Amino acid sequence: MAWFKKGEEEERRGRHDDPKPFEELWVKCKSCNEMIYRKVIERNLQVCPKCNYHFQIPARSRIEFVVDPGSFLEYDADLAPTDPLEFKDSKKYPHRLKESQEVTGHKDAVICGEAKIEGQPVMIGVFEFHFMGGSMGSVVGEKITRLIERAIEKRVGVLIFCASGGARMQEGILSLMQMAKTSAALARLKEARLPYITVLTDPTTGGVSASIAMLGDIIIAEPKAMIGFAGPRVIKDTIRAELPEGFQRAEYLLQHGMIDLIVERKDLRHTLASLLTMLKVDH
Amino acid sequence: MVKHYLDFEKPLVELENEIEHLKRFSRGKTLHVEDQIKHLEEKLLRLRKEIFSNLSGWQITQIARHIDRPKASFYINELFTDFIELHGDRHYGDDPAIIGGMAKLDGKPVFLIGHQKGTDFKEMAHRNFGMPHPEGYRKALRLMRMAETFQKPILTMIDTPGAFPGVGAEERGQAEAIAQNLRAMALLRTPIITLVIGEGGSGGALAIGMGDRILMLEYSIYSVISPEGCAAILWKDGEKGKAIAADYLKLTARDLFRLGVIDEVLEEPLGGAHRNPKEMANRLKEALLRHLKNLEGADLDGLLNQRYEKFRKMGAFIEEHRK
Ligand SMILES: [Zn+2]
Repeated sequence: MAWFKKGEEEERRGRHDDPKPFEELWVKCKSCNEMIYRKVIERNLQVCPKCNYHFQIPARSRIEFVVDPGSFLEYDADLAPTDPLEFKDSKKYPHRLKESQEVTGHKDAVICGEAKIEGQPVMIGVFEFHFMGGSMGSVVGEKITRLIERAIEKRVGVLIFCASGGARMQEGILSLMQMAKTSAALARLKEARLPYITVLTDPTTGGVSASIAMLGDIIIAEPKAMIGFAGPRVIKDTIRAELPEGFQRAEYLLQHGMIDLIVERKDLRHTLASLLTMLKVDH
Repeated sequence: MVKHYLDFEKPLVELENEIEHLKRFSRGKTLHVEDQIKHLEEKLLRLRKEIFSNLSGWQITQIARHIDRPKASFYINELFTDFIELHGDRHYGDDPAIIGGMAKLDGKPVFLIGHQKGTDFKEMAHRNFGMPHPEGYRKALRLMRMAETFQKPILTMIDTPGAFPGVGAEERGQAEAIAQNLRAMALLRTPIITLVIGEGGSGGALAIGMGDRILMLEYSIYSVISPEGCAAILWKDGEKGKAIAADYLKLTARDLFRLGVIDEVLEEPLGGAHRNPKEMANRLKEALLRHLKNLEGADLDGLLNQRYEKFRKMGAFIEEHRK
């Protein structure tokens, strides 16, 4: 049920003395289109109480939701992007970067560091979707590669939360090569017999899905997350036909054998801790 | 005679037609047009050199995708002997968009893997225009692992618009197949040489592209996204801005060399590889033998370290506290 029709929202805001604007109090669920009271969603770990859609959340909140309080130590926060192609469209690339940096408070689209989950040490990388769609450019590739190399050095597992539209167009071929670079580091991680767990959140597509995301020893997805290589619109335009129901959603991928399990946000911390404990190789 | 011309070749075509006409007109007659023909031919050469030394990103993209441009199958026939094609991924099917097999180069066995776009419409349709499904990448990986087992070098040829965006491709794990290849190629214990012969379309190209040496033909391209795709994102219209986008993306062989992504640019015959495919094949063979000789007998641990470092250093960023 929709509580307000289009237009009513504007009217309401104008008439009301409520100091908080409408958007701050109510959120529309992307999946079921219901308007939900923001506080309800916040109390529910940013999960829609009606349809169980897991909202995109800032990287910081993800870390907060899964790691032991106070255990997170960030790495390479000062690694900053540059403009190797001098890429300019309607806005120059450095301007886009600056906007994203202001909105998110991060230099680029991933936060990396070490942490503990129920006492288990782990190297954790979290994509920030609000930073240019979580796109992977040189900084993201370098930070994740360093994270994996540190994991090998310290002999701990790696956990990466993906939320990305893919490679960052503005860094051209150098973005593409981050797929090679991170995958090569993951090859060494595997050789070192250290566990690698990925959590695919909404959305995980393109170059990130075709490298970091799909290489997890264990691949977890959040409910209803969109996961794929090509975007649904591109596919639709190519094949000129309707896409199957639920196509490229976590549940569809599970059915097709592409991921290990779907875990709700509230259960994630414990599932991750269990997996990390059980995957550990005794020396 | 080349059948298909690109728009910027139009002045050349006009001159060529003029020369052709003069030759035919004067045949069997006592007209003295030799000097005139000679003059026009010199003019043609000058003009061709001029045009081809100032190509834009979009013009190079057009050459890279030229229907007459030599495809992987041409180089396989021209450079190698005893080619035996090997099929299938052993899981689902055989993908005609990727050719794989064994052959001999100067008498020595190598494994070959290449995207194949096709040379006429029928073949292009059969080969899905060189856009692989997951089974193509899995076939490639199977063959690469075999090369490792039997200690043969691998040569990969890149020429694809990209991995195919389709329902079946997604259902069977396009992203997973590409990712597996990247991770596996990083530690494959045999030398790998990658040649970009035409179009290097994003992850679908890179999936067979993690070579110890990456060589690019002068008029081939390699990009994270097609100019049309880039333009569609920037201006919501793929057709309108594609030429501008092609320049933005820095996708030519020389751009990639400057960005530290490839090891060598292989010069093409004047007018592009399709103007003189045999000559292009000769140049390719020379380069291949040179790099193979260089990689042969290398200590494998050293080779893998070098391969790791090669990709490790790609990228551009600022580390603020080290400034
Ligand atoms: Zn909902």
